[in-house]
Amino acid sequence: MGCVVLLFATPAFAQATLAQVKARGHLVCGVSGGVAGFSIPDSQGQWRGLDVDFCRALAAAIFDDPAKVRFIPQSSAARFTALQSGEIDVLSRNTTWTLSRDTAAMNFPVITFYDGQGFLVRKALNVASVKQLDRATICLQQGTTTELNLADWFRTRGLTYQVVTFANSEQTLGAYESGRCDAYSTDKSSLYGERLKTAHPDEHVILDEAISKEPFAPGVRQGDDPWRDLVAWTHYAMIDAEEAGISQANVEEMRRSALSPDVKRILGLEGKYGEGLGLTTDWAYRIVRHVGNYGDSFERNVGAGTPLKIPRGLNALWNQGGLQYGPPIR
Amino acid sequence: MTEPRRAIGLRAVALQTLLVLAVAVLVYGAATNAAQKLAKQGIVAGFGFLSRNAGFDISQRLIPYAAATSTYLDAFLVGLFNTLLAAALGIVLATLIGFAVGIARLSPNLLARGLASAYVEAIRNVPLLLQLLVWYVAVRVALPPAEAPASLGGAAFVSQRGLVLPRPDFSGAAWLVPLAFLAGIVAVGMVRRRARIAAETGRPPVRVWLPGLVLVLLLPGLAWIGLGLAGHPVALHWPARGPYDVEGGLPILPEFAALVMGLSTYTAAFIAEIVRAGLSSVARGQGEAASALGLSRGQALRLVVIPQALRAIVPPLTSQYLNVTKNSSLAVLIGYPDLVHVFMGTVLNQTNQAVEVVAITMAVYLALSLATAFLMNLYNRRVTMVER
Repeated sequence: MGCVVLLFATPAFAQATLAQVKARGHLVCGVSGGVAGFSIPDSQGQWRGLDVDFCRALAAAIFDDPAKVRFIPQSSAARFTALQSGEIDVLSRNTTWTLSRDTAAMNFPVITFYDGQGFLVRKALNVASVKQLDRATICLQQGTTTELNLADWFRTRGLTYQVVTFANSEQTLGAYESGRCDAYSTDKSSLYGERLKTAHPDEHVILDEAISKEPFAPGVRQGDDPWRDLVAWTHYAMIDAEEAGISQANVEEMRRSALSPDVKRILGLEGKYGEGLGLTTDWAYRIVRHVGNYGDSFERNVGAGTPLKIPRGLNALWNQGGLQYGPPIR
Repeated sequence: MTEPRRAIGLRAVALQTLLVLAVAVLVYGAATNAAQKLAKQGIVAGFGFLSRNAGFDISQRLIPYAAATSTYLDAFLVGLFNTLLAAALGIVLATLIGFAVGIARLSPNLLARGLASAYVEAIRNVPLLLQLLVWYVAVRVALPPAEAPASLGGAAFVSQRGLVLPRPDFSGAAWLVPLAFLAGIVAVGMVRRRARIAAETGRPPVRVWLPGLVLVLLLPGLAWIGLGLAGHPVALHWPARGPYDVEGGLPILPEFAALVMGLSTYTAAFIAEIVRAGLSSVARGQGEAASALGLSRGQALRLVVIPQALRAIVPPLTSQYLNVTKNSSLAVLIGYPDLVHVFMGTVLNQTNQAVEVVAITMAVYLALSLATAFLMNLYNRRVTMVER
């Protein structure tokens, strides 16, 4: 009987996630593993991307070492089970926050990226708006909100379409590129990367319109509020740092010569705000030093200087026309 | 001598009881653990999700289905019927190709024998997954592009987006045509019965194949023409070019075609080997005796060798049929909306009811396999040697 009890002991839920991560010595982070700019291994096998940076920021805040993360690629079908079963500590995988997922599967502490569903089409088709895709064949990756958005959007406008769905993005892109479909629809953020993977990226265009709201949020298990707070505030720290003008490049200098109380609080020179999260007072300083602020991460992974060239758009700070707004650290 | 034997018997019983108990405890522990974890995660267990609205579209539907109104149960049925269609067609084609190739492997004709051997060795030793991708990617891309589909006499079109045939409309009075087809099948059954009775009672033989073919084709044909003469012609929906694709008509999706072709050619290679082994298991003298009686090679095969070979062929053939059904789940890799693709893919992801969805899917494959095995066992009983 002893061995049976051992077999079914549930270490995943025996203690809080943060204590578990600290005891283990590294964070386990679920990523998509195949979306350029969000999470993809580079030529040296190093994980790169916005979603990857978010987990590195968490590791930096907890361990003062952004390398203490193990990344596990998750398919869109397996991701929720992986989180629920305790296989991963946090799901940082361009996952859309919806009510049903929030209530059924997990918690979404904070929106890290504002996206919308778009369309990749051949320039030769001369399509300028989604409405012109009436009666077209559209390739999709299955098992995502994409399927629902598309059905709703076409139906409410009295338009029709043919759908072909595939299990992963490689198959979907392959089918689109080989002429099986007229358009490839998924989140716009992914389409920029998908277009780069085609043989002739300049022959394809991403339509301006978005037919849905896709707020990407990291996912955590339900019932662990301290961990949920830590995940939310990791993102807010990156936003607040950008707003306060603290970047990876100037963080050391700012720390030496900080005058404004805002900056002092973010960098842990005043107050002991990190302790409420179960961290050290310099937690946000660690994040900016190792990973950078939100703008640093955006520009490095998907911004104008990268092949993806995703415009900042809705992801600009709130005082620059975007939606990214961090509550004050105080 | 009896004392120690009984002791061993008792020990064995005790050990087996312990083992069964241990397994029961293990299963109970796993089940309660899973239930606890799910409850902790706030997942509502149960099958209530099946009546919720599905909201997504499916490329191939054999039953009425609309994203706006259909439920997850409807989506499940669409996937199930797609699986059944691909598996049934795959089994029929694999059997036809397999028997042809298997017989050809024993042909006295060197070319036929060589080709059949090459087919078996090449197909049998390459993973099915790769073959499906070859059919779906390489063969499809060789077809005309969607912008310029090849027209087959203006009645049908073929392109990389599939084959579109004219679609007869069997609503209204036209349902008589499928009814006549069913009547033809029943009539063939009656002819076969007569033929069997004639053979068993030594009356003059009754021909089955030609009259059967005529019945199955002629009855619906007559119904079709009769309806036309009576002023209720069967309507045909002709395919036509739309702004993007060929529309109207009856589309045969390239995903479906690739899956059926891949499944049937792959399984046919195994069936060919089973058929060859079955034929070889029939004593040589049987064939020689048949030709000594003046039967042609075809007659000898059909009347003497194959009926005896079936005894050795049918049991392994059953497991190949089961493989076709199970392998059809590879459809998920080429975008064919079978049960696994629709239910374990989209529905599972949208509802998060992992335990229920996986359990239902496993139960369906189990039921399909058991049903196939049951039917094949019935058939096997008919072909086994009757001891007299």
